[in-house]
Amino acid sequence: MIPAAFEYYRASSVDEALALMQQHGEDAKVLAGGHSLVPAMKLRLATPEKLIDIGGISGLQGIQDRGDHIAIGALTTHWQLESSDLVQQKASALSQAAGAIGDVQVRNRGTIGGALAHADPAADYPGAILALNATLVIRGSGGERTVAASGFFTGLWETAVQDGELLTEIRIPTDAANANSCYLKFPQPASRYPYVGCAVAMTTSGGTCSDVRVGFSGVGESAFRDSGVENAMRGQAVSEASAKFAGDQATNGRSVLSDWSVSEEYRRAMAKVFAKRALLQVGR
Amino acid sequence: MQVTMTVNGASFTSDVESRTLLVQHLRDNLNLTGTHVGCDTSSCGACTIVVNGEAVKSCTLLAVQCNGAEITTIEGLASNNALHPIQEGFREKHGLQCGFCTPGMIMASWQLLERNPNPSDGEIRHALEGNFCRCTGYDNIVKAVQWAAQNS
Amino acid sequence: MGKLIGESVKRVEDRRFTTGTGQYTDDIVLPRMTHAHIVRSHLAHARIRSVNTAAAKSADGVVTVLTGEDFKDIGGVPCGWQVDFKDGTTMHEPKHPILVADKVRHVGDAVAVVIAETKGQARDAAELVEVDYEELPVVTDATEALKAGAPQVHDDLPNNMVFDWELGDQGATDTGIANAHHVTKLEIRNQRLVPNAIEPRSYIGDYDAARDFYTLYTSSQNPHVIRLLMCAFVLELPEHKVRVVSRDVGGGFGSKIYHYTEEALVIWASKQIGRPIKWTAERSESFVTDAHGRDHNTTAEMGFDDAGKITALRVRTDANLGAYLSTFSTCIPTYLHGTLLQGQYTTPAIHISLNAVFTNTTAVDAYRGAGRPEATYLIERLMDTAAAEMNIDPAELRKRNFIPPFDGVNQPGYQTQVALQYDSGNYIAAMEKALETIGYQDLRREQEEARKQGRYLGIGFSSYIEACGIAPSAVVGSLGARAGLFESANIRVQPTGKVSVYTGSHSHGQGHETTFAQLVADNLGIPMENVEIVHGDTEQIPFGMGTYGSRSLAVGGSAISRSLDKVKEKGAKIAAHLLEASVDDLDFADGKWTVRGTDKSKAFDEVSLAAYVPHNFPEGMEPGIEFNSFYDPANFTYPFGTHIAVVEVDPDTGTVTLQRFVAVDDVGNIINPMIVDGQIQGGVAQGVGQALLESANYDESGQFSTGTYMDYAMPRADDLPSIEVSQNVTPCPHNPLGVKGCGEAGTIGATPAVVNAAIDALRPLGVTDLEMPLSPPRVWSAIQQASA
Repeated sequence: MIPAAFEYYRASSVDEALALMQQHGEDAKVLAGGHSLVPAMKLRLATPEKLIDIGGISGLQGIQDRGDHIAIGALTTHWQLESSDLVQQKASALSQAAGAIGDVQVRNRGTIGGALAHADPAADYPGAILALNATLVIRGSGGERTVAASGFFTGLWETAVQDGELLTEIRIPTDAANANSCYLKFPQPASRYPYVGCAVAMTTSGGTCSDVRVGFSGVGESAFRDSGVENAMRGQAVSEASAKFAGDQATNGRSVLSDWSVSEEYRRAMAKVFAKRALLQVGR
Repeated sequence: MQVTMTVNGASFTSDVESRTLLVQHLRDNLNLTGTHVGCDTSSCGACTIVVNGEAVKSCTLLAVQCNGAEITTIEGLASNNALHPIQEGFREKHGLQCGFCTPGMIMASWQLLERNPNPSDGEIRHALEGNFCRCTGYDNIVKAVQWAAQNS
Repeated sequence: MGKLIGESVKRVEDRRFTTGTGQYTDDIVLPRMTHAHIVRSHLAHARIRSVNTAAAKSADGVVTVLTGEDFKDIGGVPCGWQVDFKDGTTMHEPKHPILVADKVRHVGDAVAVVIAETKGQARDAAELVEVDYEELPVVTDATEALKAGAPQVHDDLPNNMVFDWELGDQGATDTGIANAHHVTKLEIRNQRLVPNAIEPRSYIGDYDAARDFYTLYTSSQNPHVIRLLMCAFVLELPEHKVRVVSRDVGGGFGSKIYHYTEEALVIWASKQIGRPIKWTAERSESFVTDAHGRDHNTTAEMGFDDAGKITALRVRTDANLGAYLSTFSTCIPTYLHGTLLQGQYTTPAIHISLNAVFTNTTAVDAYRGAGRPEATYLIERLMDTAAAEMNIDPAELRKRNFIPPFDGVNQPGYQTQVALQYDSGNYIAAMEKALETIGYQDLRREQEEARKQGRYLGIGFSSYIEACGIAPSAVVGSLGARAGLFESANIRVQPTGKVSVYTGSHSHGQGHETTFAQLVADNLGIPMENVEIVHGDTEQIPFGMGTYGSRSLAVGGSAISRSLDKVKEKGAKIAAHLLEASVDDLDFADGKWTVRGTDKSKAFDEVSLAAYVPHNFPEGMEPGIEFNSFYDPANFTYPFGTHIAVVEVDPDTGTVTLQRFVAVDDVGNIINPMIVDGQIQGGVAQGVGQALLESANYDESGQFSTGTYMDYAMPRADDLPSIEVSQNVTPCPHNPLGVKGCGEAGTIGATPAVVNAAIDALRPLGVTDLEMPLSPPRVWSAIQQASA
């Protein structure tokens, strides 16, 4: 319950945060909302020597409509995303994923940047970020770079954010598919982390799926786009049968996580069920 | 580290270890023991308070993160000795038994009614998913929140 | 009676609980108080080679570090109930030391304690305690532990046996099964549960050297029992120099009945360091140290004749008691389980044989219902399964087998085949009311319609009985209890007519401050606000056996009732003297004694004042009005009811959704219907929790897989529907209040109803059995296997 002792530094700007990160190197961890890190520290699963609190950096807050994309500051909370009209309309999968995280209290404090940078294999956002074809903005001492969502999740607990870098912004394209997207979550009853989280963004034309992106959270070591499902759905009239056929392609050829509470077989089967349901939800 | 926060209308400046959780600060340093600790995984919600207008789990925040914050705990909800309608509702509808989860449950209900003054049964249950009660089976808690909504 | 009994009076205690001004043990701060952190085993079974505390002792703020060596000459916490082997051999009862020195026997076993100035310092220094372990093989399952060659939890106790035990007529039962027209057989795993009171256990030990006096603040359901056990068995302290205080307690559900090692630890160590010590469990510690519940492996067979009448019930159970014997552990699978196998039915022959077993797991003891849920589960699962197998409606099958109504006054109590005599019962009435409430015939039609649309609705029954109002001391004594199970109540009438009631019952959510005040105020004709209920302090209350087994009102309330009689009797004598009338000519009503047929009267507060200012007082009478009573019940009480659950199962995912739950319970007379409804609803939620969500699991290495709320699924608000509760009233014939108790009924009844409903839903898919909890993966697998 009581974290190990650490030194605490408060950054008031991104530059100050980057300078502190450079100064303290590997000993330091970045604290955003703290809703991934503090729980780990309480159980002493994480024992950072130094914490750099970026929670007070005002420039990293908020949701902006920039025409061809929505820009989301890394410190935007899950609740802000869940309740944003803009996000609900233009990137409904993201607002639904935000609203599926934890509980009200957690969503009030937890941030999208913190959650993405933590890269918990059981997190909700990653599948949605993939299906929404997001771009992530990363800042380091050398300046700013952008990474496509497809290149962001590099492995278990790993992302493209390097030591000394900070995830600052998430950009969601305002395309027709993202405006017609959803995130369906099937939670494990205790933790309510997903057995399966499935995000789908689809464009349809006259009842036919013209393009589709499918992202899974909580299924593999890191989130992934499932091209098997996408390829089977693209170009098909959306029906119970076609969605089932496409859904049944889910996770094929991929390894799937299991633990004491859920077998690989079950998780795989549920990925197929929820892929189908998500396809039907946005394909109708 | 020095932290200053306004709790239930009064300002407090204290020297705390940086690792001090907000709930420990409230309970051990400010003697506000109405906020409880029921778990160590940010699950049970017994420690729910309101920070800057939003319900949070005070076991999942460091006190140093709350420098300058406006905080309301269960002790600050009643005004002028008059119970808040949510407190009245819990009593009126038998929404508590042992009372241990109650402060957190009431503060989470406060958040719900701030955002949704007339919640349905299902909306109340969803809004309280982060608060465990082992005694009531939740039915009377739902009724208590409905009572508060009708009597606010 | 007056105006309060039978009314849903709002609770007295809620003011403090809704304003954050309750005082739970962890809220208490004493001057110079230190903090303890316990070093626990991360291994399930290992010999301790060495414990090195040097670094910890020299860490910042550390006052002392103690290990098992420091406690070698001190007693262990005892078991309160002796159940011997069938052949008369004494029960195996190993020492449960305060800190272990030789070997650890489960994950969480206590090896050392660090006492420091702050919680953080104690926690930090605990990491510096080095324990060198030699790992040993592990066994966590009771049936596995009985096999030849299984690891030995206690080196000197062969085969991991605590005892073997049987009850009932084996010959008649075997014959009844052999000659049955139909036999239904189930292999049942009644899974281990963690009680999970939301307040973690918390203790403060405070030794006052100047007075040579010990005070323990504890989150306990029964402070006097803790004091007795600690003084008489563990620490051999002088009982009159020990005070145990247990005021506001955040839920118990059984888990706070027992005397825990940490209680003795903080008291003993406080004397060593000369300062108070607080220990509060972290939830991760609670998960592996609070006594767990259930954990039975059972084979159950029920025979029926060709008319659907039960001919016999045969039960074989291996009961897992964990690594050590907790206070009441031994009586749970025996006298609170085997004795309940009659259920509500006229079963003519019953036999249970049972092994109680040590394993490398946390101790198992009473958890809400305690033995009775396990009995009810197997009986009621057998009934719905048999009904399906014999193609008889499950409600009809029960009706054919119910014990006919008996009130215990005009008709005698019902003598069961398993030692108990039921007090009163009207089982058919509860069933009929439940069927009507849920709209049974319509529901069956709805189920048929849904099936045609590929939706799987199910309806499940449970008609339960329980024995509570625990318990007649002579009876339990003859069965091995090492305590009496009476209750005490002291009523002190203050000079101004205000009344203080000191009860040995203990409220940790039950609302005694309200229910007992209703009882007292109505009896004395005074306002409720003139009554104060005091509990949870051995310095104030003469004695108490505490609260568990739904005993508070039936036993504690009856003790209050006895003291009320004495108060009224003395009051009448004083009033008669003041009124210069005969006691026989007085009526007592509305708080005053009136000379019958006149307007001459004396009010309660006039009489109380005279009692303490006895200027004009009956000759030979002592001043004052204060009476204590010890009430020892004549029998258990036997609440009963029928619960019906309606579920829908999603066959694609295995998700079971509870749609409706109707509980019709008969708990005898009711003083506060609001509180009774609340007890039933909360009980049902825990019963549903076992059916659908909760399970405490060990892996093959003895690691506890479900040690946080991220893995142990607690019922949340959105897991449950509104629970529809109502009551019938069949009074208890043998206590003065006619009450039976309502604390456990919901939990006992609910579980099999939900599981039966899920199986009923899936029967068209070929599913005939499901193991709890009905988690989506498990249900999905059952559907896959049935359709394969």
